[in-house]
Amino acid sequence: MSDAATTEARTIGPPVSRVPRAGWHAATVAATRSETPSAARIELDVDGWPGNAAGQHLDIRLTAEDGYTASRSYSIASSGGSTRVVLAVDRVPDGEVSPFLVDVLQAGDMLEVHGPLGAFFVWRPVAEGGSPRPVQLIAGGSGIVPLYAIAQAHADADDPTPFRLLYAVRTPDDVYFGDELAALAAASAPLAIDHVYSRRTPEGWPVPAGRITREALEGFAIPAGERPIVYVCGSTGFVERVADWLIELGHDPRDIRTERFGGT
Amino acid sequence: MSFITRGFSGRSRERDDRLPPGQTLVGDFPVLSAGPTPEVDTAEWEFTIRTESGAVHAWDWEQFMALPIEDVTTDIHCVTHWSKLGTGWRGVSLDTLFEGVDTDYGYTMAHSYGGYTTNVPLEDLLDGKAWVAFEFDGEPLDPEHGGPARLLVPHLYFWKSAKWVRGLEMMEDDEPGFWEQNGYHLHGDPWKEERYW
Repeated sequence: MSDAATTEARTIGPPVSRVPRAGWHAATVAATRSETPSAARIELDVDGWPGNAAGQHLDIRLTAEDGYTASRSYSIASSGGSTRVVLAVDRVPDGEVSPFLVDVLQAGDMLEVHGPLGAFFVWRPVAEGGSPRPVQLIAGGSGIVPLYAIAQAHADADDPTPFRLLYAVRTPDDVYFGDELAALAAASAPLAIDHVYSRRTPEGWPVPAGRITREALEGFAIPAGERPIVYVCGSTGFVERVADWLIELGHDPRDIRTERFGGT
Repeated sequence: MSFITRGFSGRSRERDDRLPPGQTLVGDFPVLSAGPTPEVDTAEWEFTIRTESGAVHAWDWEQFMALPIEDVTTDIHCVTHWSKLGTGWRGVSLDTLFEGVDTDYGYTMAHSYGGYTTNVPLEDLLDGKAWVAFEFDGEPLDPEHGGPARLLVPHLYFWKSAKWVRGLEMMEDDEPGFWEQNGYHLHGDPWKEERYW
């Protein structure tokens, strides 16, 4: 194998030195509310949180009275230096942790978090040394969470980079951050948002409900010729399908960053 | 630091002692990848071991399949908190692949099709601890799980079991690969919860 391959792999991500060091922190639930019929938005005040880049995730650890513990990873919907950290958690049927977080957790409760984690699936504004290349965000369902963080960071920085978001959901009721996304689309940082509804569309929608297709992707995504960095987040099936199509449409595999989530 | 979260009782009361701390059993096989799944044709596949002298030991798919193949049943543990117990694999032991390799270096960098890398000390690869695996549960390994062949180093977190592996490069020092530069631990022992640096 060539040294070039080594160098290439090492330059895919941002420099390590800019990532805040991960650690354990005590978090207090500041607020929790319904985000969609199956998801909750949870705001945490995290003691000593060093801030996080847009797109990072954290681990949550819950301890029961008998000492039993359970840990899970969740994407972070917020970014920046604040110790207020926002999550949006989807209730996984038969899950052990997500039903607790969505249905039981209340303001004032405490839990442990470890993070911030991940230095690859992140985006930084040009003013903070990030890439000026256009950005295509592609979310399936709750995969919107880290991509919303990225779009919000883009708007907060009033960053001139062209952004486009393709957001696939089952029904209009399943949209996360609906009001916030509408505000971002109207903000001065350039962001275009397209929706695909797989089971039920809003009234008067021009196309029937259906899963995302290669044609929809081709129509809504920034063309490969403009060399966008593409962030894809969703279920494994969604991400595999979309990433394969992106390559067929001419995108360089190295420009496609993916985050897949499974059950539990 | 550890404290009780009000109202949390959890579900799986009987703790399986094959499960490292912070891990949860799953029935399916989740996927952790940083990018698209590369398509690797076995007609073009090659596995190499490159040493400090510049020597390159290489096997194409046919030569690789002619090597002694082992059946492996093992538990696997992903850094994202899921584990599977008793998974079945077939592959070639790294002991077999290193038989004719002369090196004084103690560390390796695994390189994958698609450009990803992960570092593994040589002692974690030898003495029956690691394989290059091409079958899972009696079927050819799916591309999304690393097919046609992946490293299988089951005593470390599963990102060390590099998917789409194409070779090992001997290194004098333990240097971080792609995953380690992006926040994962240099070594990755699940029993010590070596998840992140």
